Amino acid sequence: MGLLDRLAPRRNESDVPASPSVSAEDPIFATKALRKFLTSLTARESPVLLDLGPVVGSNVSFFGEQLGCKIFVEDIFSDLSRHLRTGALDELPAFLKKRFPQESGSVDGILCWDLIDYMDRPAAHELAHELTRVLRPDGALLAFFANTPPRDTRYTKYVIVDEVNLKHRSYEAGRGRQPILLNRDIIRLFSGLRVTDSFLLQNNLREILFRKPAYLPTEST
Amino acid sequence: MWKRDEAVRPASQPPAAPQPPAPVAAAVSGPRPETSHQMEKDIVNIGKSVVIKGELNGSEDLTIEGHVEGTIQLKDNVLTIGANGRIKAQVFAKSVIVLGEVTGNVTASDKVDIRDNGSVDGDIIAPRVAIAEGAHFRGSVDMQRKGGPGQPAKPAEPKPQAQPQRVGA
Repeated sequence: MGLLDRLAPRRNESDVPASPSVSAEDPIFATKALRKFLTSLTARESPVLLDLGPVVGSNVSFFGEQLGCKIFVEDIFSDLSRHLRTGALDELPAFLKKRFPQESGSVDGILCWDLIDYMDRPAAHELAHELTRVLRPDGALLAFFANTPPRDTRYTKYVIVDEVNLKHRSYEAGRGRQPILLNRDIIRLFSGLRVTDSFLLQNNLREILFRKPAYLPTEST
Repeated sequence: MWKRDEAVRPASQPPAAPQPPAPVAAAVSGPRPETSHQMEKDIVNIGKSVVIKGELNGSEDLTIEGHVEGTIQLKDNVLTIGANGRIKAQVFAKSVIVLGEVTGNVTASDKVDIRDNGSVDGDIIAPRVAIAEGAHFRGSVDMQRKGGPGQPAKPAEPKPQAQPQRVGA
Protein backbone atom coordinates (compact mmCIF):
# COMPACT_ATOMS: atom_id res chain seq x y z
CA MET A 1 0.00 0.00 0.00
CA GLY A 2 1.53 3.34 -1.05
CA LEU A 3 1.81 6.45 1.12
CA LEU A 4 -1.02 8.26 -0.66
CA ASP A 5 -3.32 5.30 -0.13
CA ARG A 6 -2.61 5.42 3.60
CA LEU A 7 -3.41 9.15 3.77
CA ALA A 8 -6.48 9.13 1.52
CA PRO A 9 -7.49 5.63 0.50
CA ARG A 10 -9.29 5.72 -2.83
CA ARG A 11 -12.53 3.81 -3.02
CA ASN A 12 -11.88 0.50 -4.80
CA GLU A 13 -13.83 -0.60 -7.84
CA SER A 14 -15.19 -3.53 -5.83
CA ASP A 15 -16.71 -1.20 -3.23
CA VAL A 16 -19.01 0.60 -5.65
CA PRO A 17 -22.05 -0.91 -7.29
CA ALA A 18 -21.40 -2.05 -10.84
CA SER A 19 -22.49 0.40 -13.49
CA PRO A 20 -22.69 -0.94 -17.02
CA SER A 21 -21.13 2.15 -18.60
CA VAL A 22 -18.21 2.42 -16.17
CA SER A 23 -14.88 1.16 -17.43
CA ALA A 24 -11.97 0.15 -15.30
CA GLU A 25 -9.62 2.89 -16.62
CA ASP A 26 -11.71 5.97 -15.78
CA PRO A 27 -10.94 7.48 -12.38
CA ILE A 28 -13.61 7.75 -9.72
CA PHE A 29 -13.79 10.80 -7.49
CA ALA A 30 -15.96 11.58 -4.52
CA THR A 31 -18.61 14.28 -4.74
CA LYS A 32 -19.93 16.19 -1.77
CA ALA A 33 -22.77 18.20 -3.28
CA LEU A 34 -24.42 15.63 -5.55
CA ARG A 35 -26.37 14.06 -2.71
CA LYS A 36 -27.82 17.44 -1.71
CA PHE A 37 -28.65 18.15 -5.33
CA LEU A 38 -30.48 14.82 -5.60
CA THR A 39 -32.35 15.51 -2.35
CA SER A 40 -33.54 18.80 -3.78
CA LEU A 41 -34.72 17.05 -6.95
CA THR A 42 -36.64 14.27 -5.25
CA ALA A 43 -38.48 16.71 -2.98
CA ARG A 44 -40.87 17.23 -5.89
CA GLU A 45 -43.04 14.75 -7.76
CA SER A 46 -41.95 14.17 -11.38
CA PRO A 47 -39.00 16.56 -11.25
CA VAL A 48 -37.61 18.13 -14.42
CA LEU A 49 -33.85 17.94 -14.87
CA LEU A 50 -31.69 19.84 -17.35
CA ASP A 51 -28.38 18.14 -18.18
CA LEU A 52 -26.00 20.42 -20.06
CA GLY A 53 -23.48 17.63 -20.69
CA PRO A 54 -23.38 14.89 -23.33
CA VAL A 55 -25.73 11.97 -22.90
CA VAL A 56 -24.60 9.28 -20.47
CA GLY A 57 -26.87 6.26 -20.70
CA SER A 58 -26.48 5.19 -17.11
CA ASN A 59 -27.19 8.73 -15.88
CA VAL A 60 -30.41 8.77 -17.91
CA SER A 61 -31.41 5.45 -16.33
CA PHE A 62 -30.48 6.72 -12.88
CA PHE A 63 -32.47 9.93 -13.09
CA GLY A 64 -35.31 8.52 -15.13
CA GLU A 65 -35.90 5.12 -13.54
CA GLN A 66 -34.76 5.65 -9.99
CA LEU A 67 -35.73 9.26 -9.41
CA GLY A 68 -38.62 9.56 -11.83
CA CYS A 69 -37.21 12.64 -13.55
CA LYS A 70 -38.01 13.98 -16.94
CA ILE A 71 -34.57 14.69 -18.36
CA PHE A 72 -33.59 17.22 -20.98
CA VAL A 73 -30.20 16.28 -22.45
CA GLU A 74 -28.87 19.46 -24.01
CA ASP A 75 -25.13 18.78 -24.60
CA ILE A 76 -23.99 22.38 -24.77
CA PHE A 77 -20.43 21.06 -25.12
CA SER A 78 -21.21 19.97 -28.66
CA ASP A 79 -22.73 23.39 -29.41
CA LEU A 80 -19.51 24.96 -28.15
CA SER A 81 -17.39 22.62 -30.29
CA ARG A 82 -19.50 23.37 -33.35
CA HIS A 83 -19.07 27.11 -32.89
CA LEU A 84 -15.34 26.60 -32.53
CA ARG A 85 -15.14 24.45 -35.65
CA THR A 86 -17.07 26.93 -37.78
CA GLY A 87 -15.20 29.93 -36.40
CA ALA A 88 -18.42 31.39 -34.98
CA LEU A 89 -17.42 31.65 -31.37
CA ASP A 90 -18.50 35.30 -31.18
CA GLU A 91 -22.04 34.20 -32.06
CA LEU A 92 -22.22 31.82 -29.11
CA PRO A 93 -23.75 34.33 -26.64
CA ALA A 94 -26.61 35.13 -29.03
CA PHE A 95 -27.06 31.41 -29.72
CA LEU A 96 -27.27 30.62 -26.01
CA LYS A 97 -29.85 33.38 -25.49
CA LYS A 98 -32.30 31.41 -27.67
CA ARG A 99 -31.03 27.93 -26.88
CA PHE A 100 -33.38 26.95 -24.08
CA PRO A 101 -37.06 26.56 -25.01
CA GLN A 102 -38.07 25.69 -21.46
CA GLU A 103 -40.44 28.13 -19.79
CA SER A 104 -39.19 30.34 -16.99
CA GLY A 105 -39.19 28.62 -13.63
CA SER A 106 -40.02 25.21 -15.10
CA VAL A 107 -36.83 23.28 -14.30
CA ASP A 108 -36.21 21.72 -10.90
CA GLY A 109 -32.51 20.90 -11.28
CA ILE A 110 -29.63 21.76 -13.60
CA LEU A 111 -26.43 19.77 -14.06
CA CYS A 112 -24.00 22.33 -15.37
CA TRP A 113 -20.95 20.09 -14.76
CA ASP A 114 -17.75 22.01 -15.71
CA LEU A 115 -19.19 23.68 -18.81
CA ILE A 116 -18.55 27.25 -17.66
CA ASP A 117 -14.81 26.55 -17.48
CA TYR A 118 -14.70 26.16 -21.27
CA MET A 119 -16.58 29.32 -22.12
CA ASP A 120 -15.53 32.88 -22.77
CA ARG A 121 -16.97 35.42 -20.33
CA PRO A 122 -19.72 36.84 -22.58
CA ALA A 123 -21.01 33.33 -23.39
CA ALA A 124 -20.73 32.29 -19.73
CA HIS A 125 -22.78 35.33 -18.69
CA GLU A 126 -25.50 34.63 -21.21
CA LEU A 127 -25.62 30.96 -20.23
CA ALA A 128 -25.82 31.80 -16.51
CA HIS A 129 -28.65 34.25 -17.19
CA GLU A 130 -30.65 31.65 -19.13
CA LEU A 131 -30.08 28.94 -16.53
CA THR A 132 -31.25 31.31 -13.80
CA ARG A 133 -34.36 32.07 -15.83
CA VAL A 134 -35.46 28.47 -16.39
CA LEU A 135 -34.69 27.30 -12.85
CA ARG A 136 -37.73 27.31 -10.58
CA PRO A 137 -37.63 29.13 -7.25
CA ASP A 138 -35.81 26.90 -4.77
CA GLY A 139 -34.45 24.82 -7.64
CA ALA A 140 -30.82 23.67 -7.59
CA LEU A 141 -27.87 23.97 -9.97
CA LEU A 142 -24.71 21.90 -9.62
CA ALA A 143 -21.50 23.11 -11.26
CA PHE A 144 -17.80 22.33 -11.17
CA PHE A 145 -15.01 24.84 -11.59
CA ALA A 146 -11.30 24.13 -12.00
CA ASN A 147 -8.92 25.36 -9.35
CA THR A 148 -5.69 24.86 -11.26
CA PRO A 149 -4.58 26.04 -14.70
CA PRO A 150 -5.67 23.82 -17.58
CA ARG A 151 -3.26 21.19 -18.85
CA ASP A 152 -5.05 19.40 -21.66
CA THR A 153 -7.71 19.85 -24.30
CA ARG A 154 -10.36 17.42 -23.21
CA TYR A 155 -13.92 17.50 -21.96
CA THR A 156 -15.14 15.24 -19.17
CA LYS A 157 -18.23 13.07 -19.03
CA TYR A 158 -19.38 12.67 -15.46
CA VAL A 159 -20.86 9.25 -14.88
CA ILE A 160 -22.87 8.86 -11.69
CA VAL A 161 -21.64 5.78 -9.86
CA ASP A 162 -23.71 6.48 -6.77
CA GLU A 163 -24.78 9.47 -4.69
CA VAL A 164 -21.25 10.16 -3.49
CA ASN A 165 -19.09 9.11 -6.44
CA LEU A 166 -18.61 10.23 -10.01
CA LYS A 167 -16.55 8.55 -12.67
CA HIS A 168 -14.66 11.00 -14.91
CA ARG A 169 -14.45 9.90 -18.53
CA SER A 170 -12.52 12.33 -20.73
CA TYR A 171 -12.97 12.79 -24.46
CA GLU A 172 -11.71 15.00 -27.25
CA ALA A 173 -12.50 18.70 -26.81
CA GLY A 174 -12.63 21.67 -29.14
CA ARG A 175 -10.65 23.78 -26.69
CA GLY A 176 -9.13 23.57 -23.25
CA ARG A 177 -10.44 25.19 -20.08
CA GLN A 178 -10.35 28.96 -20.10
CA PRO A 179 -8.63 31.05 -17.37
CA ILE A 180 -9.75 30.11 -13.90
CA LEU A 181 -12.75 31.92 -12.43
CA LEU A 182 -12.29 33.29 -8.95
CA ASN A 183 -15.02 32.63 -6.41
CA ARG A 184 -16.25 36.21 -6.58
CA ASP A 185 -16.45 35.94 -10.39
CA ILE A 186 -18.58 32.82 -10.03
CA ILE A 187 -20.90 34.50 -7.54
CA ARG A 188 -21.21 37.52 -9.82
CA LEU A 189 -21.89 35.24 -12.81
CA PHE A 190 -24.79 33.57 -11.06
CA SER A 191 -26.04 36.70 -9.34
CA GLY A 192 -29.64 35.46 -9.45
CA LEU A 193 -28.75 32.38 -7.42
CA ARG A 194 -27.20 31.92 -4.01
CA VAL A 195 -24.35 29.55 -3.14
CA THR A 196 -25.53 27.06 -0.55
CA ASP A 197 -22.58 24.63 -0.61
CA SER A 198 -19.02 24.83 -1.89
CA PHE A 199 -16.43 22.08 -1.69
CA LEU A 200 -12.88 21.61 -2.90
CA LEU A 201 -12.63 18.05 -4.16
CA GLN A 202 -9.64 15.73 -4.15
CA ASN A 203 -9.21 16.24 -7.88
CA ASN A 204 -8.89 20.01 -7.33
CA LEU A 205 -12.30 20.86 -8.71
CA ARG A 206 -14.54 23.29 -6.87
CA GLU A 207 -17.99 21.79 -6.54
CA ILE A 208 -20.65 24.44 -5.99
CA LEU A 209 -24.35 23.96 -5.34
CA PHE A 210 -26.55 26.96 -6.14
CA ARG A 211 -30.19 27.49 -5.20
CA LYS A 212 -32.61 29.98 -6.65
CA PRO A 213 -34.17 32.05 -3.89
CA ALA A 214 -37.78 31.09 -3.32
CA TYR A 215 -39.05 34.63 -2.91
CA LEU A 216 -38.00 35.99 -6.30
CA PRO A 217 -40.82 36.13 -8.86
CA THR A 218 -40.13 34.17 -12.05
CA GLU A 219 -39.33 36.19 -15.15
CA SER A 220 -41.87 36.18 -17.93
CA THR A 221 -40.80 34.64 -21.23
CA MET B 1 -32.24 -56.97 -95.67
CA TRP B 2 -32.57 -53.96 -93.75
CA LYS B 3 -31.24 -54.83 -90.50
CA ARG B 4 -32.20 -52.27 -88.12
CA ASP B 5 -29.33 -51.01 -86.25
CA GLU B 6 -29.79 -51.95 -82.77
CA ALA B 7 -28.34 -48.66 -81.78
CA VAL B 8 -31.09 -46.64 -83.46
CA ARG B 9 -33.98 -48.79 -82.54
CA PRO B 10 -36.89 -46.46 -82.11
CA ALA B 11 -38.28 -46.13 -78.71
CA SER B 12 -41.20 -48.36 -79.42
CA GLN B 13 -40.98 -50.09 -76.17
CA PRO B 14 -43.33 -48.79 -73.69
CA PRO B 15 -41.77 -46.11 -71.59
CA ALA B 16 -40.70 -47.14 -68.24
CA ALA B 17 -43.34 -46.70 -65.71
CA PRO B 18 -42.88 -43.34 -64.10
CA GLN B 19 -41.28 -43.57 -60.81
CA PRO B 20 -43.52 -42.57 -58.03
CA PRO B 21 -42.66 -39.09 -56.98
CA ALA B 22 -40.09 -38.90 -54.31
CA PRO B 23 -41.80 -38.71 -51.02
CA VAL B 24 -42.10 -35.09 -50.03
CA ALA B 25 -44.20 -35.85 -47.08
CA ALA B 26 -41.40 -34.64 -44.90
CA ALA B 27 -41.62 -31.20 -46.48
CA VAL B 28 -45.38 -30.99 -47.04
CA SER B 29 -47.29 -32.94 -44.52
CA GLY B 30 -45.33 -31.82 -41.48
CA PRO B 31 -43.85 -28.34 -41.73
CA ARG B 32 -40.77 -27.90 -39.65
CA PRO B 33 -41.37 -26.04 -36.43
CA GLU B 34 -38.80 -23.38 -37.30
CA THR B 35 -40.45 -22.64 -40.65
CA SER B 36 -43.82 -22.16 -38.97
CA HIS B 37 -42.21 -20.00 -36.32
CA GLN B 38 -40.46 -17.97 -38.98
CA MET B 39 -43.72 -17.45 -40.85
CA GLU B 40 -45.34 -16.20 -37.68
CA LYS B 41 -42.45 -13.87 -36.81
CA ASP B 42 -41.48 -12.59 -40.24
CA ILE B 43 -39.59 -9.37 -40.13
CA VAL B 44 -40.22 -6.94 -42.95
CA ASN B 45 -37.13 -5.23 -44.25
CA ILE B 46 -37.08 -1.89 -46.01
CA GLY B 47 -33.88 -1.80 -47.99
CA LYS B 48 -31.46 1.08 -48.01
CA SER B 49 -32.40 2.33 -51.44
CA VAL B 50 -36.07 2.67 -50.51
CA VAL B 51 -37.51 6.10 -49.76
CA ILE B 52 -40.94 6.40 -48.15
CA LYS B 53 -42.83 9.61 -47.49
CA GLY B 54 -46.07 9.39 -45.61
CA GLU B 55 -47.62 7.11 -43.02
CA LEU B 56 -46.16 3.69 -42.42
CA ASN B 57 -48.39 1.36 -40.39
CA GLY B 58 -48.07 -2.32 -39.70
CA SER B 59 -48.65 -5.23 -37.38
CA GLU B 60 -45.35 -7.03 -37.68
CA ASP B 61 -41.76 -6.35 -36.78
CA LEU B 62 -40.05 -3.97 -39.16
CA THR B 63 -36.42 -3.19 -39.98
CA ILE B 64 -35.72 -0.01 -41.89
CA GLU B 65 -32.47 0.52 -43.75
CA GLY B 66 -33.86 3.19 -46.07
CA HIS B 67 -35.28 6.69 -45.70
CA VAL B 68 -38.66 7.36 -44.15
CA GLU B 69 -40.35 10.70 -43.63
CA GLY B 70 -43.69 11.09 -41.94
CA THR B 71 -45.13 8.77 -39.30
CA ILE B 72 -44.33 5.19 -38.35
CA GLN B 73 -46.88 3.22 -36.33
CA LEU B 74 -46.11 -0.31 -35.11
CA LYS B 75 -48.24 -0.43 -32.01
CA ASP B 76 -47.47 -4.01 -30.93
CA ASN B 77 -44.23 -4.69 -32.71
CA VAL B 78 -40.54 -4.01 -32.75
CA LEU B 79 -39.12 -1.33 -35.01
CA THR B 80 -35.43 -1.53 -35.82
CA ILE B 81 -33.72 1.38 -37.52
CA GLY B 82 -30.75 -0.26 -39.18
CA ALA B 83 -27.32 1.27 -39.48
CA ASN B 84 -28.24 2.76 -42.88
CA GLY B 85 -31.69 3.87 -41.81
CA ARG B 86 -32.47 7.60 -41.88
CA ILE B 87 -35.79 8.52 -40.30
CA LYS B 88 -37.45 11.92 -40.10
CA ALA B 89 -40.68 10.90 -38.52
CA GLN B 90 -42.82 10.56 -35.45
CA VAL B 91 -42.36 6.97 -34.29
CA PHE B 92 -44.81 4.86 -32.29
CA ALA B 93 -43.96 1.23 -31.56
CA LYS B 94 -43.81 -1.37 -28.85
CA SER B 95 -40.01 -1.31 -28.88
CA VAL B 96 -37.59 0.76 -30.92
CA ILE B 97 -33.98 -0.20 -31.60
CA VAL B 98 -31.87 2.52 -33.21
CA LEU B 99 -28.63 1.79 -35.02
CA GLY B 100 -29.07 4.55 -37.61
CA GLU B 101 -30.48 8.07 -37.40
CA VAL B 102 -33.82 9.26 -36.13
CA THR B 103 -34.98 12.84 -36.15
CA GLY B 104 -38.32 13.07 -34.48
CA ASN B 105 -40.13 11.99 -31.36
CA VAL B 106 -40.12 8.34 -30.37
CA THR B 107 -42.85 6.78 -28.26
CA ALA B 108 -42.61 3.15 -27.16
CA SER B 109 -44.81 1.12 -24.87
CA ASP B 110 -41.90 -1.11 -23.84
CA LYS B 111 -38.40 0.14 -24.56
CA VAL B 112 -36.21 2.42 -26.63
CA ASP B 113 -32.68 1.18 -27.23
CA ILE B 114 -30.13 3.48 -28.89
CA ARG B 115 -27.15 1.37 -29.83
CA ASP B 116 -23.55 2.30 -30.54
CA ASN B 117 -23.38 4.84 -33.41
CA GLY B 118 -27.15 5.23 -33.26
CA SER B 119 -28.50 8.76 -33.15
CA VAL B 120 -31.77 10.26 -31.95
CA ASP B 121 -32.66 13.93 -32.03
CA GLY B 122 -36.05 14.27 -30.47
CA ASP B 123 -38.09 13.44 -27.42
CA ILE B 124 -38.42 9.91 -26.09
CA ILE B 125 -41.39 8.62 -24.13
CA ALA B 126 -40.90 5.04 -22.92
CA PRO B 127 -40.86 3.18 -19.61
CA ARG B 128 -37.34 1.95 -20.32
CA VAL B 129 -34.56 3.68 -22.22
CA ALA B 130 -31.09 2.30 -22.90
CA ILE B 131 -28.42 4.49 -24.50
CA ALA B 132 -25.07 2.99 -25.42
CA GLU B 133 -21.77 4.74 -24.77
CA GLY B 134 -21.15 5.56 -28.42
CA ALA B 135 -24.68 6.72 -29.16
CA HIS B 136 -25.80 10.28 -29.82
CA PHE B 137 -28.90 11.68 -28.22
CA ARG B 138 -30.28 15.12 -27.77
CA GLY B 139 -33.78 15.77 -26.51
CA SER B 140 -35.90 14.85 -23.54
CA VAL B 141 -36.50 11.48 -21.93
CA ASP B 142 -39.75 10.89 -20.11
CA MET B 143 -40.19 7.47 -18.51
CA GLN B 144 -43.54 8.60 -17.11
CA ARG B 145 -42.75 7.45 -13.64
CA LYS B 146 -44.48 9.25 -10.79
CA GLY B 147 -42.93 9.73 -7.38
CA GLY B 148 -39.91 7.84 -6.02
CA PRO B 149 -38.45 4.44 -6.89
CA GLY B 150 -40.73 1.48 -7.21
CA GLN B 151 -43.59 3.33 -8.82
CA PRO B 152 -45.00 1.45 -11.84
CA ALA B 153 -44.40 3.16 -15.13
CA LYS B 154 -47.27 4.25 -17.33
CA PRO B 155 -46.82 2.77 -20.82
CA ALA B 156 -46.90 5.19 -23.69
CA GLU B 157 -50.12 5.15 -25.72
CA PRO B 158 -49.61 5.66 -29.45
CA LYS B 159 -52.39 7.47 -31.27
CA PRO B 160 -54.99 5.07 -32.72
CA GLN B 161 -54.79 4.84 -36.48
CA ALA B 162 -58.09 4.01 -38.17
CA GLN B 163 -56.96 4.64 -41.75
CA PRO B 164 -55.89 1.75 -43.93
CA GLN B 165 -52.22 1.20 -44.53
CA ARG B 166 -50.83 3.43 -47.20
CA VAL B 167 -47.32 4.11 -48.21
CA GLY B 168 -46.49 7.30 -50.06
CA ALA B 169 -44.05 7.03 -52.95
